[in-house]
Amino acid sequence: MSTLLEVSGISVTFDGFRAINNLSFQIGSAELRAIIGPNGAGKTTFMDIVTGKTRPDEGRVIWGEKSENLLKLNESQIARKGIGRKFQRPTVFEDQTVFENLLMALKKARSPFDVLFYRRSGHDRDKVEELAEEIGLKDELQRKSGELAHGQKQWLEIGMLLAQEPRLLLVDEPAAGMSPVEREHTTNLLVEAAKTRAVVVVEHDMEFVRRLNCKVTVFHEGSVLAEGSLDHVTANQDVIDVYLGR
Amino acid sequence: MERSFFARNPSALIFIACLAGFTLLITVLAEGFGADVISTSMVKTLGKTLCLCLIAIAMDLVWGYCGILSLGHFAFFGLGGYMLGMWLMFERTKEIVVSSMANAPLPPTAQEIRDGIGTQIFGVVGGSEIPGIWLFADSLFAQLALVVLVPGLLALVFGWLAFRSRVTGVYLSILTQAMTLALALYLFQNDSGLRGNNGLSGLQNLPGADAIPQSTMSIWFLWASAAALALGYLLAAWIVGGKFGSVIRGIRDDEARVRFLGYNVEGYKLFIFTVTAVIAAIAGALYYPQAGIINPAEIAPIASIYLAVWVAIGGRGRIYGAVIGAAFVSLVSTWFTGGQAPDIPLGFYTIKWVDWWLILLGLSFVAVTLFAPKGIGGLFDLIEGRIAPNRHGADLGPDMSALREKEASE
Repeated sequence: MSTLLEVSGISVTFDGFRAINNLSFQIGSAELRAIIGPNGAGKTTFMDIVTGKTRPDEGRVIWGEKSENLLKLNESQIARKGIGRKFQRPTVFEDQTVFENLLMALKKARSPFDVLFYRRSGHDRDKVEELAEEIGLKDELQRKSGELAHGQKQWLEIGMLLAQEPRLLLVDEPAAGMSPVEREHTTNLLVEAAKTRAVVVVEHDMEFVRRLNCKVTVFHEGSVLAEGSLDHVTANQDVIDVYLGR
Repeated sequence: MERSFFARNPSALIFIACLAGFTLLITVLAEGFGADVISTSMVKTLGKTLCLCLIAIAMDLVWGYCGILSLGHFAFFGLGGYMLGMWLMFERTKEIVVSSMANAPLPPTAQEIRDGIGTQIFGVVGGSEIPGIWLFADSLFAQLALVVLVPGLLALVFGWLAFRSRVTGVYLSILTQAMTLALALYLFQNDSGLRGNNGLSGLQNLPGADAIPQSTMSIWFLWASAAALALGYLLAAWIVGGKFGSVIRGIRDDEARVRFLGYNVEGYKLFIFTVTAVIAAIAGALYYPQAGIINPAEIAPIASIYLAVWVAIGGRGRIYGAVIGAAFVSLVSTWFTGGQAPDIPLGFYTIKWVDWWLILLGLSFVAVTLFAPKGIGGLFDLIEGRIAPNRHGADLGPDMSALREKEASE
């Protein structure tokens, strides 16, 4: 399997605090990966670096077949390369309808002039409806997304991610605040998505990670502590000491 | 498939109908064409108000929709006025100079005419040379192009520098205000080439149109302002009505999220900032020929702050709200500051509205922000909520109740 994203030797310091310390990470083009680790292990900072929000002090982030250097690009350019991100807290545009939210995320030309002269085609409409069906919001298309329940917002955000058709999905705590049924639905969505693209899930909930049934990377103090199947890493003495033992 | 533009924007149709009705009514009642009920100066005030409504639309686009609280849009408005004013003043002065030299024994040379114009226009700031920036002042076409180009380029360069460094929120507001202040201070200088604090005057006289009385001219400008306002409204409704509107509202609510969707936020901000600067400039170019005079005080930051107050009181985030706010507040302001509002004697102190109007305006701004963030435009939501939903069914009565409406009417 070819490598889609390769992060090597990155370090970043905030006011003397070393958030990421010589961290390296790789993921293939159709792979599901879970990242676990205690608070402050650098999981969110890692995502910030990959998506261009934070610049590392050293190290490299290499993307795709052409081995492009992502560190030279800004957030929107990186997003257009095919990296989608879901935040911990659901961030949808609450003032706009579910339909508008999804339409905005749909993979299309993104320049101001293209968007200004954009005319909604039947094809795009079908696509949005298809996505809404998939995330269970078909009946809510014309509702303002601010009116949705917490779990529905989470799904809408996942739907927006899928609409972008990214090659790599970075998902931060997707199951937070969801009911067991909703969790299962989310698991299925992620597993399904990972058949055609790379998906990285940051999660605290071990039960949820077990259900994803994938390779797990454990972060600790800004670097990788262990990597392998969930059973493998949970048996690792270092992991038990720093994380599970607490 | 999409519904037509007006089906998606019913307010645009209503607005244009109201505007057309208003313009016709004023024309019929005006001194120039009709019943002589409304004085020429009142027609001019109304025409100017329409221009203020147009710049309020620009402000609503940039602030209400995109979340950029610009305190610099009156600078673009003023620049637009200056650009057209240069042609008006130059050509008008040329006419005067040529006619005064007509009786000379030898016909005047081009250089003599030019010197005459220079002395006439710049004598007041102690000069007689025509500065380089007046190069195109004899060409209406060139100056009309500059109305759009000068403010447009200023907005483009300023916006590029500001947005590229990701300056946002109150810092951006301060930056735009600094730009406005710098421009005003520059124009106050006598050697700025635009007559310092005297500004440009006599703009109400169109060159070559001496025969047309001001009463008629004022109606022309009223119509031109109304047409510009209608076009501006349609343009704004079109911009915010589609996906572009979705994106800029997204930028207003959560800029970072829009970035992670792959949109180049800086590009969008720059686009909307520049487009609204051009709209503001066009409004200014129509305003100042009606006002008759422009000077750097018009560009002072306070004007742009008023603009924000109008839009806030009218209701930001809806285009008609901005128009209503600008029209209402500026007309009420004219009434209060024009000495027409009766003083209130309290025995120990007399409230003179000329002095107290600003306090009243400030208090209403605070009140609107705290208690009615939707502004005057929010009233329309209330009305819409009160009217019962259209259930679309006639009361057929007991006899025909088994029939559907269509059958019963046949």
